[in-house]
Amino acid sequence: MADQTASGAGGSSSAQIRESYMAQTRRKRLYGGMILAVFVALMASGFITADARNAGGFWDGLHQLGAFPAAVMSEAAEKITDLPANLVKYFPALVETINIAAVSTLIGAAGGILLSMLATRGLARWPRLIPLWRRMMDVMRAVPEIVIALVLIFVLGGGPVPAMIAIAFHTVGALGKLFSEVNENASLKPVEGLTSVGASWTQRMVLGVMPQVAPNYLSYALLRFEINIRASAILGFVGAGGIGYELKNAMAWGIGRYDEAAAIFLLLFVTIVAVDQIGSHFRDRLTHGRKEEVLA
Amino acid sequence: MTMASDIHTAPTDSLKTRADAMFRTKRLWSFGLPGLVLLYLVYAFFAFDLPGLIDRARPENGAILMRDIYSYKTHVERDNRTGEMSYAIEGERKGEYPEGERPDWVTVDGDVTTVEMPEGHEVRYYPDHVEYDIPGYGTISARSEGRGVEATYPDGPMPDYISAARNRVMVVTDAGRVTITRNRTEVFRYFTGWELFFFTLDSPYHGLSAGELLSRATSGEAGAIWHDFWQNNMWRHADVAWALFETLLMAFLGTFGAAIVALPLAFLAARNFTPLMLVRQFFRRIFDLCRGVDALIWTIVLSRAFGPGPMTGALAILLTDTGSFGKMFSEALENVDDKQIEGIRSTGAKPVQRYRFGVIPQVTPVLLSQVLYFFESNTRSATIIGAITGGGIGLLLTQAMITQKDWEEVTYYIILVVMLVFAMDSFSGWLRRKLIKGDDGGH
Repeated sequence: MADQTASGAGGSSSAQIRESYMAQTRRKRLYGGMILAVFVALMASGFITADARNAGGFWDGLHQLGAFPAAVMSEAAEKITDLPANLVKYFPALVETINIAAVSTLIGAAGGILLSMLATRGLARWPRLIPLWRRMMDVMRAVPEIVIALVLIFVLGGGPVPAMIAIAFHTVGALGKLFSEVNENASLKPVEGLTSVGASWTQRMVLGVMPQVAPNYLSYALLRFEINIRASAILGFVGAGGIGYELKNAMAWGIGRYDEAAAIFLLLFVTIVAVDQIGSHFRDRLTHGRKEEVLA
Repeated sequence: MTMASDIHTAPTDSLKTRADAMFRTKRLWSFGLPGLVLLYLVYAFFAFDLPGLIDRARPENGAILMRDIYSYKTHVERDNRTGEMSYAIEGERKGEYPEGERPDWVTVDGDVTTVEMPEGHEVRYYPDHVEYDIPGYGTISARSEGRGVEATYPDGPMPDYISAARNRVMVVTDAGRVTITRNRTEVFRYFTGWELFFFTLDSPYHGLSAGELLSRATSGEAGAIWHDFWQNNMWRHADVAWALFETLLMAFLGTFGAAIVALPLAFLAARNFTPLMLVRQFFRRIFDLCRGVDALIWTIVLSRAFGPGPMTGALAILLTDTGSFGKMFSEALENVDDKQIEGIRSTGAKPVQRYRFGVIPQVTPVLLSQVLYFFESNTRSATIIGAITGGGIGLLLTQAMITQKDWEEVTYYIILVVMLVFAMDSFSGWLRRKLIKGDDGGH
């Protein structure tokens, strides 16, 4: 039966199918081509606009690109004997930058855990308020750190604390969102079990949910720590202490003090790479460790 | 099954000790870890010099900031040497009342100018002296005398809102602020709202109601009204809009430029496409370098070559993200399914065709969602980079903050930035859903 109908309608229908398939493909190609053309036009006009608004043109600047790094390098090479002393000199500033990142990650993670619990369906203390907590995390994520840092520098004076608060604020929002995604996958059975024995909300969260999600939390927090180190270095540049601030000063002195800038560059680069490598190693182990547990 | 048999065969004692040991370790962890964190925070408390911070904090700055966010002040100022009066909103040139005009709470009667303030306060400028009525206290009379200010106060103890010195008398109350020095006499009166947000004083449309504006707009003045609003030189709406666009442009060029650069390089760093270890390692180290040299350092290096501006910011984002994308893309490429590529190969496709039809459709959704996610977060980064390299809304924001007086403008910019980030957030989320769901194997 099936064969008969297929062969009976055969000639015309397969031609039809091919025709419509080709038409579809053509249409798809056309759309794809159009999107690509629009995209290329946007990129090109964007670069031209940005180039026109820049103080120095792209093509004029391109051959000078190496000039500054070369100046820094050659000066650092000249005074290579000073390098260890400079590294030691700026090490405390580096520690401050790392401290800013670490404390803000810790505080941000604590806030993020709380907010994420409040904003996850099934776990929330007040289910009606879930949208409120979610919006709150969105806003915290959206406010750029520099805004809070600059306002706080005005009120609190310069130093590490404004940067720490600013980064922590952002971290609460960013981690809260990731954590609440993790929470959604947590099994509710331990929570129900704890409810049945009369555990309070805090006890249910700490004893029922946290053990399930801790490795994921830790992995996200480590990733955030890496990001926060960069952020705290940048905020230092606008006056919030740490190695960024020293870098700005060293840059302001200009030629003659570039060896110090080079030392700071080196410290910053090594720190970022080291934290990146160590962090990814631990994050790997956290996810692998979990796999082993599942297998055992 | 195995567990059950284990329990049967294993001696109960050893099981017990093992369980005890496990509990001990667990207890150690669950008490030790928070303890360590607490210790670290205590260390940080002193490392950050928090006790000293409380001394250094300037809560009055915070009060100024909060007040400025929702209110503005109008200055009434007299130059005591020439006797010339001037009225200006926020004391700025661009907020000055045009010649011959003044706020309606200032009356001029012959030689005497009277400034009415809330709560019954009143300041009268006479040609040779100034009188200030404070309800519940009395009238202060002051004249500039020689090098300083000669002031007479009502009898009784002086309230602490008056600070009197030989060359300056200042009265700060909820009604406003009056400052008298030898050279000038200034009255600040506070109003709620953002001053001149729509039209400046020199515009004919200042002070009109929305209905009136609408009727004027329909009778052919829409262009003029828009021009006056858009070119408002107090709030500079046109410049702000352009700055927002510039920030977005930096994020767009940086993110998508990085994706374009990183895609071909990622093939060279993926194990299954580049069997040559040396090449692979070379490109991986390049990615690490791009990522490791932070956007901050790239910004500094690039702004030396290209000068400040959006191009520098875009390139800084581009370089940093090339590293991140390269790493992520090559990981995605290592996870592609070989079967599809084999299928394409079996039809006699050349390598480029195999990549185009066998690989790209598989990785497109993953890559696209990563790129869009970065686009969104780079909108935020572009604000910060703009503050350093001098472009976009970040520059306006830092400029407004450094002057430390236009906090209403700062608030306005913050709201705009947050709205921009929100918009990008929902736009990229929408696009991600649309593209990834609607994407049935490349276009």
